[in-house]
Amino acid sequence: MRFMLLFSRQGKLRLQKWFTSMSDREKKKIIRDMTTMVLARQPRSCNFMQWKDLKIVYKRYASLYFCLGVESQENELLALEIIHRYVELLDKYFGNVCELDIIFNFEKAYFILDEFLMGGEVQETSKQIVNRSIEASDMLQEVRFTDMHQTLQDDRLE
Amino acid sequence: MTVTLLPLQEMIRAIRSARTQCEERGVIQRECAAIRAQFRQADNGGRSHNLAKLLYVHMLGYPAHFGQMECVRMIASPRYSEKRVGYLGAMMLLDEKQDASLLITNSIKNDLSNSNQYIQSLALCTLACMGSAEMCRDLAPEIDRLLRASNSYIKKKAALCAVHIVRKVHDLGELFTKAARSLLTEKNHGVVHGAVVLITELCERNSETLERFRKTVPDLVQIMKGLVISGYSPDHDVAGISDPFLQVRILRLLRILGRNNEGASDAMNDLLAQVATNTDSTKTVGNAVLYETVLTVLDIKSESGLRVLAVNILGRFLLNNDRNIRYIAMTSLQKIVGTDHNAVQRHRGTIVDCLKDQDASVKRRALDLSLALVSASNIRSMMKELLSFLSSCPPELRSQTASGIFNAAERYAPSQRWHIDTILHVLTTAGGDVRDETVPNLIQLITNTSELHCYTVHKLYRALLSDISQQPLVQVACWCIGEYGDLLLRGECQETEPVQVTEDDVLDVLETVLQSHMSFPSTRGFALTATMKLSTRITENVDRIRSIVSIYGSCIDVELQQRAVEYNALFKKYDHMRAAVLERMPVIEKNSQGHINGETIKESQTVKVKPGDLLFKRLMHSPWLNTDLKLMQPSTLSVFSVVATVTVYEKDGVTVTLSCEKQSDSGLTVTLTASNSTESDIRGFTLQAAVPKSVQLHMKAPSGDSLPARGAAKVTQMVVLNNPNKVQLAYLQLVSEVFDLSPIFYSFGSQNI
Repeated sequence: MRFMLLFSRQGKLRLQKWFTSMSDREKKKIIRDMTTMVLARQPRSCNFMQWKDLKIVYKRYASLYFCLGVESQENELLALEIIHRYVELLDKYFGNVCELDIIFNFEKAYFILDEFLMGGEVQETSKQIVNRSIEASDMLQEVRFTDMHQTLQDDRLE
Repeated sequence: MTVTLLPLQEMIRAIRSARTQCEERGVIQRECAAIRAQFRQADNGGRSHNLAKLLYVHMLGYPAHFGQMECVRMIASPRYSEKRVGYLGAMMLLDEKQDASLLITNSIKNDLSNSNQYIQSLALCTLACMGSAEMCRDLAPEIDRLLRASNSYIKKKAALCAVHIVRKVHDLGELFTKAARSLLTEKNHGVVHGAVVLITELCERNSETLERFRKTVPDLVQIMKGLVISGYSPDHDVAGISDPFLQVRILRLLRILGRNNEGASDAMNDLLAQVATNTDSTKTVGNAVLYETVLTVLDIKSESGLRVLAVNILGRFLLNNDRNIRYIAMTSLQKIVGTDHNAVQRHRGTIVDCLKDQDASVKRRALDLSLALVSASNIRSMMKELLSFLSSCPPELRSQTASGIFNAAERYAPSQRWHIDTILHVLTTAGGDVRDETVPNLIQLITNTSELHCYTVHKLYRALLSDISQQPLVQVACWCIGEYGDLLLRGECQETEPVQVTEDDVLDVLETVLQSHMSFPSTRGFALTATMKLSTRITENVDRIRSIVSIYGSCIDVELQQRAVEYNALFKKYDHMRAAVLERMPVIEKNSQGHINGETIKESQTVKVKPGDLLFKRLMHSPWLNTDLKLMQPSTLSVFSVVATVTVYEKDGVTVTLSCEKQSDSGLTVTLTASNSTESDIRGFTLQAAVPKSVQLHMKAPSGDSLPARGAAKVTQMVVLNNPNKVQLAYLQLVSEVFDLSPIFYSFGSQNI
């Protein structure tokens, strides 16, 4: 997998994960191309497209488009399953996930993604294990959180 | 100084509620300024929020490079929350091209050995995401250690991190081979999955490694069996399939190991058959596994029975309601259409039906596959389908369809008439999307099908009457009318209903093309030449042609003007040659590719071309020529690339001519001949010559230096030119004290005209 992009129906980018090293200019171009191509598709189209040497797999969930750029030897149908799995993970975490959740908690969306995929490959095939890892990491963060919250308050009062 | 900072979510809200781009920029600039100020301050506990805000702003497309150092600092922080955001920032803002990325190597190294697995995980994830080759080399031993001795949570991540390392630094593959092997025996799915991915990567990079890993085939088969046969496993079940992600990866690895190897292929044969038969294909996930299985079967040295099973699965896919399934079925069939042609032919009907699918992706695949399935036996029916597809296909596919049709027609045309009809059909439907060489190719085909000249010109005439916008069609039509206009006027035709036209009608059509704003300049050239050619094929309206030709003698388009002037000359000075020059074209031999300018002249020592020659005619009429060869007229600038006798000076009774003889690839002998038809002798006549620097010149002694009166004798002088550097265009400038002679250009090494 080369990249994963999430964008809204208006073409606003909500998440970008790049699995290969690319210049900013190249990334911007890919984002532009992907949003143009995907948003131009008819509602009940095939979810696969050919773009340069990559296969583009996309799926729309409510108001968000999930778009993957995979290499030619990868399995497109499985890529659809990968997208679906990620949505399920987000759904479990946020409880009935919607686009706003991903906007306001984008860093959480990344953390979840980073427990599911790594280096462009699936990292963990069990939903439960991924969920548990996220919960545990959040707990770890919580422990320090109360300290920070206090510090922030103190800052404001200054 | 206190700066009010919005918490992350507040900032996001503020940005979203901005009504204009300008307002949004304002909010962001304010926030960024505050963030920058905060970064400069000492550690204050709110750092992770600030960095998170910066990352959000970055995602919107605004510059965030000033956060790079903050990422480095945060990663080094002991607080988990800060590390987490710091590493996220590193993955988003730092890539291997930034210098700052090296600074985190040490932090990563430390975190890799942290007692807390979640901190180790952060380091592994970041390394696998943006680790440069240098960082990878540095940390590879650490990763190897983690591959062997840690819990499964870390092992699975270390495996994928190793994959990244191998991709960046191929040699390091050796380091991980042993660990990868042992990981296959673990129970944890995540670890096994990571191991399979790592082994796949190692095998793809190194054929020796691949040989060694062939031994793992039985183990892999065992694991697959366990997944396929075992009962319901809640942890990994997806719609009744147990861990499809792992199944697909194993199948892919088996494909690589079984390729070109009988032993390995045999060992996996039964398993593949089992998976192919038992996997539930009602949901996408099952089909994903089946798809991978089919790809594997078709790529290894499988038994024929298994192969048939695989192709049948693809056949079933073709009939599936789900467009995605149909799409991947066609992609797979495309891969095997060369090797298993007959098997794929059986599904031709379904594939052709997919041409009518609404979806653009499906149409594209169907087109590729249909073109691959055209054969001598099905050419007529396939062409019907392809032509109907052409008239309704999306514009981006038209050019490909047209070329595909031409290729197929050329290879399998059952008759020449069918061939010509097909090409005409394409030109009428999609004339704007065909390639440039279509026009000359079609003309050649028509010329060589002499029995169909009448039929062809009738068809083209009718086509021209209805539509003159499709340029390739118009060009071919004009050419044909010019060549075979007499057949049109005769009013009889065997193959089709003849038209009753008068000479005026035909000339009208050509004039319409000439005058239409839709016609390209090259098309108008065709029309003008055709009009000219008709002057020898019609009987009554030659004057009309004469007037058309003379009008265009002052046309703004230089090309047309030149042609008109030359045709005018043909009418006036060379009228005696007109019939010969404008005769029917002979059969044209097929060119090799890449000769845009027409036939090659056979290598001959001297080719002297005069008007009236066959070669001359070809040049005049050649559809390849965008610039016709200029007639040999006395002009200030004579450009020629054929050997000929040229008069370079003719004034006041003195004539100087020049003729060339090519001696070798780089050598040329020029013979200058001067004569004097005045009443008095001319003495002291000398010629000097100049050539470009790279060309060598050797002027031989002239036969004399005086030109006797009344052409009693001529003076000749030989000039030897040598062109060792193979300069394409050389000029010979003749200088005389008495006369004003202009430069003459010669094009060396031109076999093509």
